[in-house]
Amino acid sequence: MNARALNLIGLGLVGVIGIAFLVLVPRFFELDVVLEFTVYMIMAILALSLALIWGYGGILCFGQSAFFGLGAYTYAIAMFNIGESTVPLLLAVIVPAAFAALLGYFMFYGRISDVYLGVITLTVTLILFNSINSTAGPEFHIGSARLGGFNGIPGIPPLNVPGNKRAPIDLEGMFYLATAALLATYFGLRLLLASRFGRIIVGIRENERRAELLGYDPRAYKLATFTIGGALAGFAGCLFANWGNFVSPTIFGLAQSAQIIIWVIVGGRGTLIGPIVGCIGIQWLTTALGANQPSGGSDWWAKIFANAPLIFGIILIAFVLLVPKGLVPTLGDIGQSLLASRGKEAKRLQPKRAEEG
Amino acid sequence: MDLAVLLAIQVLYAIASLALISVGLAIIFGMMRVINLAHGEFLMLGGYAAIVATSHGISIWIAMLVVAPIVVGLIGVVVERTIIRFLYGRMIDTMLATWGLSLFLVGLTTAIFGNTTVGISAPLGSFQIGAYRTSAYTLFVITVAAVVLAVIFVVMRWTRLGLIARGTMQNANMASALGVNPPRVYAITFGLGAALSGLAGAVLAPVSGVFPTIGVAYVAKSFITVIGGGAAILSGTVSASALFGSINQIATFVTTPVFGEVALLAAAIILIRLLPQGITGRFFRRGL
Repeated sequence: MNARALNLIGLGLVGVIGIAFLVLVPRFFELDVVLEFTVYMIMAILALSLALIWGYGGILCFGQSAFFGLGAYTYAIAMFNIGESTVPLLLAVIVPAAFAALLGYFMFYGRISDVYLGVITLTVTLILFNSINSTAGPEFHIGSARLGGFNGIPGIPPLNVPGNKRAPIDLEGMFYLATAALLATYFGLRLLLASRFGRIIVGIRENERRAELLGYDPRAYKLATFTIGGALAGFAGCLFANWGNFVSPTIFGLAQSAQIIIWVIVGGRGTLIGPIVGCIGIQWLTTALGANQPSGGSDWWAKIFANAPLIFGIILIAFVLLVPKGLVPTLGDIGQSLLASRGKEAKRLQPKRAEEG
Repeated sequence: MDLAVLLAIQVLYAIASLALISVGLAIIFGMMRVINLAHGEFLMLGGYAAIVATSHGISIWIAMLVVAPIVVGLIGVVVERTIIRFLYGRMIDTMLATWGLSLFLVGLTTAIFGNTTVGISAPLGSFQIGAYRTSAYTLFVITVAAVVLAVIFVVMRWTRLGLIARGTMQNANMASALGVNPPRVYAITFGLGAALSGLAGAVLAPVSGVFPTIGVAYVAKSFITVIGGGAAILSGTVSASALFGSINQIATFVTTPVFGEVALLAAAIILIRLLPQGITGRFFRRGL
């Protein structure tokens, strides 16, 4: 079995599991579980946006939540002003993408190194957090939408069937939409990465100077990757605003940014399925730890296990020190070494293919 | 006239507090090329150390100027030995690990002290400038910043420790070949950087209060000061603090404090676009 066949089997498996999940979950679970799964799906799209930018593009973006939050806020503001969801949905993708393009222009064409890139994206996120946080007064409004400052914007109208504003999408519909969007994002990114463009951005990640000497302009390719990632994160933000009918500035916060990074680290950089697994796993873990407090008023449980920063911090440190490649690539390595020990001769003849996953 | 004096004091104070919160980070970054994202939490721990010590009856001056730096410095050494030393040369992994550390410390202090603001009242009272009153503590913060920077200059320029530190900074392999033990220099440097952060956090605690997530308020500002300043520790920190502090305070004076912060951060991004190596990458190159 060669790598190509394995790759196709993997793709097929993801498709089958995804569609089975899409069809079966609403039939077998109560609505609250379905709601929980919906937010996992939305967050997984956000995880994929960073998986593209960081895992494949090699761009260290610590502020992915900026685009996520911008998408959510854009949708909310446009929805209050327009009332029909087609244009707000598009705006929620276009505005973060444009913002990413502008920011990316400053960073990539300024040839800012990796490390500073992380700090700048983090700083931008904090600027957004601080500015939105301070817009509590009634004088801050865009059209008929009040920004609400630290109180956030409540009661955001849900998406509707395109063109018909009297047919809003219900909670179960949101689940179908989010899951289908996640599957579409996954397969879309796989296609993108298999294309010429995808090969080039991976090449740039591996060796920027060499790619440049071969005639590719790394700045333009990085900018394009960053913009696509921004658009995806904005789309996830739009779905998130729909899911809770609410946005608040914490969406821009450091905690949110850290979470996205953790999903990708835990799942594995340079894969797409890894960040999805990491995202769902971590989300599930936090919910479970928060919800399953033993009765009897034991205070320490709430202080230690329901303490998201503490748990996240430990997970992040542990993965960086002990499993720096992330779960999925590490499992892949173990699998490969098992296979290799069985068929040593065949293995040696095959060059190792970069970047399947 | 009185207003001008008041504004001048406010600008000086903004510069001094920026320099204070950045200098520990600048030392760690400049000497070890380690970007410590848990820097804000070191400041926060300094604040808590001072407050806990004060509530146990220690004089506030000793708590701020002695206890806080020692406690946070020791924490810094422990962090260096348990986490950072495995990651030298892997800059991005260090950033991620220290971010994890930052989250961990926020969680830990929330568990211990609760998610509320604790404060100590600023000593020294206030004084009069014409028609205006301002806190005398402001002048104290400015003095502390000046003294800290002067001490760092003296140590770096004229002592053996400073010589070794500068040598290791310029070329760690050469320093090692000449008999210096880089791991030890790194541990001490990290500890000293952390101690300075603890001092800064404690000195600023009466102004801002302390709560577990206060690090966030500091971390962006100190990072852009260090990056804006560039490679040279002292001249970089001073020049970048002077630039950003003035912008911040003047924008605050003209509009609102929040807009002042936004102006500061926006100015920083533009500066980095224009001078990717920081101010000292272009000017004052021979500075410390």
